Amino acid sequence: MKPLIVHHTPDPYADTHSPDTHQDTFSKTVLGFWMYLMTDCILFAALFTTYAVLHNNTFGGPSSRELFSLSTSFTETMILLFSSVTCGLGMLSALRNDKNRVVAWFSVAFLLGASFVAIELNEFTHLVHEGNSWRRSAFLSSFFTLVGTHGLHVSIGLLWMFVMMIQVYLLGVTAITFRRLAVFSMFWHFLDLVWIFIFTFVYLMGVI
Amino acid sequence: MSDDLSLKEIQKEWHGTMKAYVIGFVVSILLTAASFFLVITRVLSGRALVFTIIGLALVQAIVQLLFFLHVGQEAKPRWETVVFYFMVMVLLIIAIGSLWIMIDLNAHD
Repeated sequence: MKPLIVHHTPDPYADTHSPDTHQDTFSKTVLGFWMYLMTDCILFAALFTTYAVLHNNTFGGPSSRELFSLSTSFTETMILLFSSVTCGLGMLSALRNDKNRVVAWFSVAFLLGASFVAIELNEFTHLVHEGNSWRRSAFLSSFFTLVGTHGLHVSIGLLWMFVMMIQVYLLGVTAITFRRLAVFSMFWHFLDLVWIFIFTFVYLMGVI
Repeated sequence: MSDDLSLKEIQKEWHGTMKAYVIGFVVSILLTAASFFLVITRVLSGRALVFTIIGLALVQAIVQLLFFLHVGQEAKPRWETVVFYFMVMVLLIIAIGSLWIMIDLNAHD
């Protein structure tokens, strides 16, 4: 029996001209997290579609026109946008290795994010107290699922941001904390992006 | 090529700049305020209003993708951009497909 010999010939057409940037830990982490964000987009797309299908099925209960306050949701939009930008300014401080500025900007972003969650919880408790909980109609079920899922993301983001502030305060800006900050900032900007569509499709179109 | 880059090398890979954040921020505020006041004042009405605010939301989403999330600014090969376009395709199939089926079923009763 002949021994099995495998001939390895290098691919003559392999593109070795430009190095693959996704070989180091930082780029791999960013790409992996980006893929998670894209799957999260699809989750939200499914929830938005559910809301679009069910938003007229009020089952004799109140419609979006009677329930939603435009001034509240406009305030929430502005707060989240400011939070997104202050998080970005924190990243710029991290680029200059300015540890104290990073913690300061992220504290501002944290307070803005926390007030966003507070306003949303206040809106939800009002609705539930008046008997308009998720059990009232298909419209309200899909509303609470969509807006609540976004609110849950923001709440988890706040916990993450809090942990990152402690890490940066204790360890300073290092290759590892910078990578984590970068990934977190992507998450935070992404949540602001999703909120634009909640503001437009749920609140603005809900009162037209 | 070492797997772990130094902090300086990582920072070079990050695309955020002050200019980008300021542009993204100002444009986002203007677009949000525009759709808010269009709905409040009812300059437009009906379908024209709906399509205008959806358009404004899409423009704002693109602005934030470019200026906050730096889509399409990575070095080649652009895997993040490829994944992004794939996501948009799946999103459109889910959204348009579901709406088409549900509206069609609703019309048949």
